[in-house]
Amino acid sequence: MARMTMIQAINQALAQAMEADDRVLVMGEDVGRNGGVFRATDKLYDRFGPERAIDTPLAEGGIVGTAIGMAVYGLRPVAEIQFMGFTYQAFSQLVAQAARIRYRSLGQYTCPLVVRAPYGGGVRALELHSDTLEARVLHTPGLKFVTPATPRDAKGLLLAAIDDPDPVIVAEPLRLYRSHREEVPEERYTVPIGKARLAREGSDVTLVAWGSQVPTALEAAEAAEADGVSVEVIDLRTIVPMDQEAILASVRKTHRVVIVQEAPVIGGVGAEIAALVSERAILSLEAPPLRVGGYDMPYPPSAIEEQYLPSPERVRQAIDRVLAF
Amino acid sequence: MIRVDVSRRQILAPDGKLVGEMPALGPDTLRDMYRIMVLARTFDQRALNLQRQGRIGTFAPAAGQEASQVGAVFAMRRDEWLFPTYRSHPAMLAHGMPLDRLFLYPMAHPLGGVAPPGVAIYSVAISIAAHLPHAAGAAWASRIRRESKGFVALFGDGATSEGDFHEAMNFAGVFRAPLVFLCENNGWAISVPREHQTASETIAQKAVAYGFGGEVVDGNDVLAVYQATSEALERARAGEGPTLIEAQTYRLGPHTTADDPTRYRKPEELTEAERIDPILRLRLFLEGRDLWSEKEEAALRAEAQESVRAAYQKAQETPPMALGDLVPYVYAEVPPYLAAEREEMNGWRV
Ligand SMILES: Cc1ncc(C[n+]2csc(CCOP(=O)(O)OP(=O)(O)O)c2C)c(N)n1
Repeated sequence: MARMTMIQAINQALAQAMEADDRVLVMGEDVGRNGGVFRATDKLYDRFGPERAIDTPLAEGGIVGTAIGMAVYGLRPVAEIQFMGFTYQAFSQLVAQAARIRYRSLGQYTCPLVVRAPYGGGVRALELHSDTLEARVLHTPGLKFVTPATPRDAKGLLLAAIDDPDPVIVAEPLRLYRSHREEVPEERYTVPIGKARLAREGSDVTLVAWGSQVPTALEAAEAAEADGVSVEVIDLRTIVPMDQEAILASVRKTHRVVIVQEAPVIGGVGAEIAALVSERAILSLEAPPLRVGGYDMPYPPSAIEEQYLPSPERVRQAIDRVLAF
Repeated sequence: MIRVDVSRRQILAPDGKLVGEMPALGPDTLRDMYRIMVLARTFDQRALNLQRQGRIGTFAPAAGQEASQVGAVFAMRRDEWLFPTYRSHPAMLAHGMPLDRLFLYPMAHPLGGVAPPGVAIYSVAISIAAHLPHAAGAAWASRIRRESKGFVALFGDGATSEGDFHEAMNFAGVFRAPLVFLCENNGWAISVPREHQTASETIAQKAVAYGFGGEVVDGNDVLAVYQATSEALERARAGEGPTLIEAQTYRLGPHTTADDPTRYRKPEELTEAERIDPILRLRLFLEGRDLWSEKEEAALRAEAQESVRAAYQKAQETPPMALGDLVPYVYAEVPPYLAAEREEMNGWRV
């Protein structure tokens, strides 16, 4: 095993998938010769050539649309959208097309497509480079959505997405690309889609977080621990299809839940989770579910992004509120 | 009749010799063009340095593209709208954007890139090509209002691959929008060379398919760009519809400060590009006509340094805005829940 950053783990996963199966290819803006603007596809062009590490024209709708055609026709394309905020340009193809290929044809055609995109703030990026779009996908039956919080999960989830028979969006938290290293198994392995991870065990409050917010939740949990509050942290890993049982089981144990998300709170994934626990575990709850997230406005210019992003302090306040309820 | 000219209009050769018909520009205007180009380059270099020192954020240099932008803006009236991108600071400067606002943009201050009242510059386009339908719509609206105005939209060669570019071209053609599509073909879209972007031999020829004229110009020749844009704007103001101009130029610097062009460009390319530098070319021309001297050059360089220094200082002294200050700009009226969130933001900040 080697210690790797998330971006290295992603690069290794892509290389192993391409090595193992010649139907797998990567495509997108600057993914070939340049190896991707974040180097996720570094050296794949040299190893697999321009037909499998493809520099496309600058058109996200074209990238996803043609990747759908490739997938339907038997290849396993892994399309990169340079920043998740530019998947807007591809939404028609994702939401109105990729999501419905299987359904529309009653399984005659399928779309084993992977779309990778970095997302999230905290890296001082320009407008639209920090947008976080899981809620828009959650509301689109037919698309899957996963987001790793660790290098190990980044590799395993990406390989699971490539194996998956349906379209999967792999949302990679930009801020975690190089933030830390961990041991990542050398061999090809998968992390199952649809299964949450217990990131920290606790008994007083459950925090549900995913992707970029897992470190924030863990930090808040640690701070609470120092004050004698035992906090459980669930790393959702998959947004669609969501691991509802993992959330319910934890809430039945702790009786309190705070959801931490980076995207604006209204209409977000947290709202879905709050509805889930209200519908299915209301009698276990000692306090209303609370959400901590981005404010209900577009992502701000990066000079003031710290004021927008959830902080461990804000999460801590929410923990105190559910405890005091 | 639709005319597409791919012969690459040139008025000044790289050595500053006049090789085409001189446009009707007086000595003062020519010197002004030169001053703005030098000021833009000075700003560019200063911004790059500040970024390297970690004092400002990501910056997209425009060095090498001053002629394509300044030439086009000199053909515009001040009341005509410019649609810029993240690489348009020479054009914005020429069209009246204060230098300190240009610094505020890479400093990620909310005022960065916001034109002061009366300066006809649209918001900076970050989503590639997404501003082009807006430009077509604004120009079309001006036609509906029976005005006699021209509009200019800037974009790169990469942008011509986006659906938004094609839809904007088509709408502009169908509704005869008075818009000049000014494509700065700088050879690269980050690491992707022009040849990979489109199988068309030129970008200009795409205009034919949309029913209007197009032209290739030497984008490092400020006079050629000025002349081609002037003619296109004249046609636009006269109700004759849009034009696509492909200004062939070269990005001398990295795509942005986050990019490493040595991964995809050969060093020889840069040597050639420096030979055809647009600023050098205009200077040689002015000197050849005795319109410019060593002394004026030295004075201009010093003056440009000082303007840029003062502008950066002013930018630094601009009061910061808090997140809560942006709340009134989400909607005309702040919804109650957002007002409550604003309380929390402000409370949390202190
Ligand atoms: C819709 C969209 N996709 C991707 C990007 C990321 N991106 C920023 S600039 C750029 C290349 C643009 O090339 P070009 O249009 O030729 O303009 P240039 O940067 O060379 O001026 C890319 C891919 C973006 N900003 N917007």
